[in-house]
Amino acid sequence: MLPNSPAQIELWKAFRKEISESDAARTRYMILEQSRLARTEILAMIQIAGMGHVGGDFSVIDILTTLYFAELNIDPSDAAKENRDWFILSKGHCAAAFYATLAHSGYFDPHELSTFMQPMSMLNGHPSKGKISGIETSTGPLGHGLPIAVGVAIAANIQKQDHRTFVVLGDGELQEGTNWEAAMTASQYKLSNLIVIIDRNRLQQGAGTEDTNGLDPLDGKWESFGWDVQIVDGHEPLELLDAIRRGGNEKPRCIIANTVKGKGVSFMENRAEWHHKVPSAEQNLAALKELFS
Amino acid sequence: MSNDKSAAQGFDNRIAFAETLIKLASSNPRIVAVASDSAGSSNLNAFKAAFPDRLVNVGIAEQDLVGVGAGLANAGLIPFICAASCFLTARAMEQIKVDIAYSNTPAILCGMSPGIAYGELGPTHHSIEDLAWLRVLPNITIAVPADAIETEHVVRWAAQANQPTFIRVSRHKVPLLPGTERKFRPGTAHTLAQGEDITIVALGTMVSAALEASKLLKTKGVSARVIHVTTLKPLDDDLIIKAARETGRIVTVEEASTIGGLGGAVAELLAQVHPTPMRMIGIPGIFAPTGNVDFLFERFGMTPEGIAETCLKF
Repeated sequence: MLPNSPAQIELWKAFRKEISESDAARTRYMILEQSRLARTEILAMIQIAGMGHVGGDFSVIDILTTLYFAELNIDPSDAAKENRDWFILSKGHCAAAFYATLAHSGYFDPHELSTFMQPMSMLNGHPSKGKISGIETSTGPLGHGLPIAVGVAIAANIQKQDHRTFVVLGDGELQEGTNWEAAMTASQYKLSNLIVIIDRNRLQQGAGTEDTNGLDPLDGKWESFGWDVQIVDGHEPLELLDAIRRGGNEKPRCIIANTVKGKGVSFMENRAEWHHKVPSAEQNLAALKELFS
Repeated sequence: MSNDKSAAQGFDNRIAFAETLIKLASSNPRIVAVASDSAGSSNLNAFKAAFPDRLVNVGIAEQDLVGVGAGLANAGLIPFICAASCFLTARAMEQIKVDIAYSNTPAILCGMSPGIAYGELGPTHHSIEDLAWLRVLPNITIAVPADAIETEHVVRWAAQANQPTFIRVSRHKVPLLPGTERKFRPGTAHTLAQGEDITIVALGTMVSAALEASKLLKTKGVSARVIHVTTLKPLDDDLIIKAARETGRIVTVEEASTIGGLGGAVAELLAQVHPTPMRMIGIPGIFAPTGNVDFLFERFGMTPEGIAETCLKF
């Protein structure tokens, strides 16, 4: 297990405090700036490793940053704190984005990011429980996160805890039937403490989701499974925060976050081949220039 | 024991399992049961009546069952995840690998009515592969209690062990065995009968049959040692190696495929340490035909007479 980073935790706490005292425009600016930093780190991690899933990392990073830097009730200095909010990244192949987020929240030293996928690194190609304290369960094979999140949310009710459980699902991942088994269970158990956020970038490894095993109408599917559904722009932190903070009812909640695969680098955006393509040195430079412009 | 009247035929371990779980849950609010429309077949209806909020039923969805169970364990509860062993292990294998074993989640998987308990229902419902599938996974202790008393001890241990565990809970009625009132320790097997000519290593429902076989063999002048294995993993390496050295021949017997289960485990061990001639009794790498459990035991030599015959021909 990597040790946490007390210095980084202090920075994260200061960031959270400032966000809590900021108006909407400043909040949005701070989150998107943090995401921009994470995107440059993700590029570096993938460049060093020679592997990674840059397209999905860039579609999900604004969601992760919004959660960790503005919303989740967590304490990186006491990762297993009772009654914390739970977060599970079900689309575990976007580990680089998750690691960049966890590192800047202080769960480990950001310098470790350079070890991504290196021999014996704690930063596996997919998040592994027990290697970094903020990882609640190992993910990687798709369709595992939601059933586990349902179990965590039921446990909260049994133990009369009021924390929330968040799980981020990829959209292609929804082709795995386990999500729908768990969606039914969540509805049956009226898990209003469970919030699913779908990274709806409309692309999977090989092609568009709708050209593969179509998901639309996705909102109607979740509604018919008994969920409260909202649709937001997944790159607009304020929309996401509003959706999360909106008063709920007895139903579990699904936020469909419309996103762009490869968001932030024009030649990667909305192109399936950037699912796990590694940028050449020239492409990396061009991507960095764009992110810094 | 609530089913004393059936002592002549033996006890169904599922009943001891359910009774123990209720006793434990009465004093430990963290214990929950998780079912996949399997409350009846897992004997959990009394648990449900006593603790309605602590029986989580996900319906007919084994992958969801194991994932939800992993979540309950992650969040601080002690889930006993119960389903027919054939569905629990085959349908949810990746959840067992990733959500329980790899994540080292302290959940207790309870494989009900394993082996050929559902003989008449055919190979779709036989669970003769479960031991081989689970044995290859790191982190999971595999316990196969041999009688009602040992079932209670194993369940009590699992509730406080705080580690991934698979309990194979037999349905076939078995008599009470000598010595099972002792404290259960994973990785410790026991010698139920001393012998010098051959060793029978037995698991679960086959332990009582092995003990009877040793008595038959005695009348034929063969001194057969009987080793009662409770945890297939960790295996009691030392006791098995000692028996191999002292008796020179090993027969394994299990209500499972002979590939990858007890037979496989003992062979892997001895091949590396003390190569020893072996015979393996169980379902010999085929889909078993349909038929009741007694018919199938007879057909595959899994009776006292069948075990004795294998030893005599060895």
